[in-house]
Amino acid sequence: MNLEWMAWTIPTATFFITIAIILIGMTVWEVISPTIERKGFLPLSTTRGDRLFIGLLGSAYIHLAWVGLSTLTIWFGFAIALVWMVVVMRWG
Amino acid sequence: MDKWKDNKAWFLVLPVFIIVAFSAVIPLMTVVNYSIQDIFGPGQRVFVGTEWFKEVLSDGRLHEALWRQLIFSGLVLLIEIPLGVFIALLMPKKGWGASISLVVIALPLLIPWNVIGTIWIIFTRPDIGLFGAAINGMGIVFDHTASSLDAWITLILMEVWHWTPLVALLAYAGLRAIPEAYFQAAKIDGASTWATFWYIQLPKMRGVLTIALLLRFMDSFLIYAEPFVLTGGGPGNSTTFLSIYLVKVAVGQFDLGPAAAFSLIYFLIILLFSWLFYQVLQNVGKGETS
Repeated sequence: MNLEWMAWTIPTATFFITIAIILIGMTVWEVISPTIERKGFLPLSTTRGDRLFIGLLGSAYIHLAWVGLSTLTIWFGFAIALVWMVVVMRWG
Repeated sequence: MDKWKDNKAWFLVLPVFIIVAFSAVIPLMTVVNYSIQDIFGPGQRVFVGTEWFKEVLSDGRLHEALWRQLIFSGLVLLIEIPLGVFIALLMPKKGWGASISLVVIALPLLIPWNVIGTIWIIFTRPDIGLFGAAINGMGIVFDHTASSLDAWITLILMEVWHWTPLVALLAYAGLRAIPEAYFQAAKIDGASTWATFWYIQLPKMRGVLTIALLLRFMDSFLIYAEPFVLTGGGPGNSTTFLSIYLVKVAVGQFDLGPAAAFSLIYFLIILLFSWLFYQVLQNVGKGETS
């Protein structure tokens, strides 16, 4: 199968594989221990999946803000997004 | 393990999953791949990292197009949602009147989008168009090809005419699904028409109005064919919305990398707003009604 038209690169492949692993992991986690809706620092009750979505969406915007506003390497933006992700998943 | 035995119906979702994978996920992956490369042709590409995102995020014309798009969608929602609910409340509940009004209301939805643009070009022409000639006949100069304000008024009118029926039909379906007992109870309590609407009809329409709001937001935010046919993004750039600008970049200039980065930002904006609308509508007044 020729996938040249999709123009794959190592970073994008890593990104999508990570997302897929997260989704599979969340599904397995859900089967083993079903989520309980709860209220954290976010202004709404959330399940584990909701917090993942909020975390990922927020991370995308953090990256965009970093690229748009800063001239430093994207890895700093990535680190902030990672912290945000952990904070939302744990205390969101 | 009993839970798994009862969950076999999930396999029925598989065809949809496969279709969505091919129609949405794979193209989205390709767009992500394109957004970080300079694509010259098949097999000829260079990795550029976040270059295109930087370029797109600092593009003044894109910022202007985004503001236009937000104002357009905001105006459209502010008019269409209340108007659609109002029309649904006025429509006959049963009998032949209900059938006729449903068909008449649905007519604008059946017309192809590019034809809608053509209809409104003719309708608003100052020389032969019914609307344009009538307005100009009253001494008001109205020409959507020359004035930005007139172009906006025409676009908003066209969009409202085209899509309010969808909101009306959804609201009508929501209204018809309310059991008669609620209205009888309201009558016994001596509730006014306004109180009946506010405490019974509106809360019961929350589900359909959420769908209407989300559909109308996404559609109006992605609007392309109608303004492209009607104004072509003009006069000047006054009606160049995001999608029109995106097509100019992707097709007109064949800058696939920046266009892909632009598309992803566009997608993220829609995702954020849709999620916010969904959350607000799901949670508003949750304490009072259920």
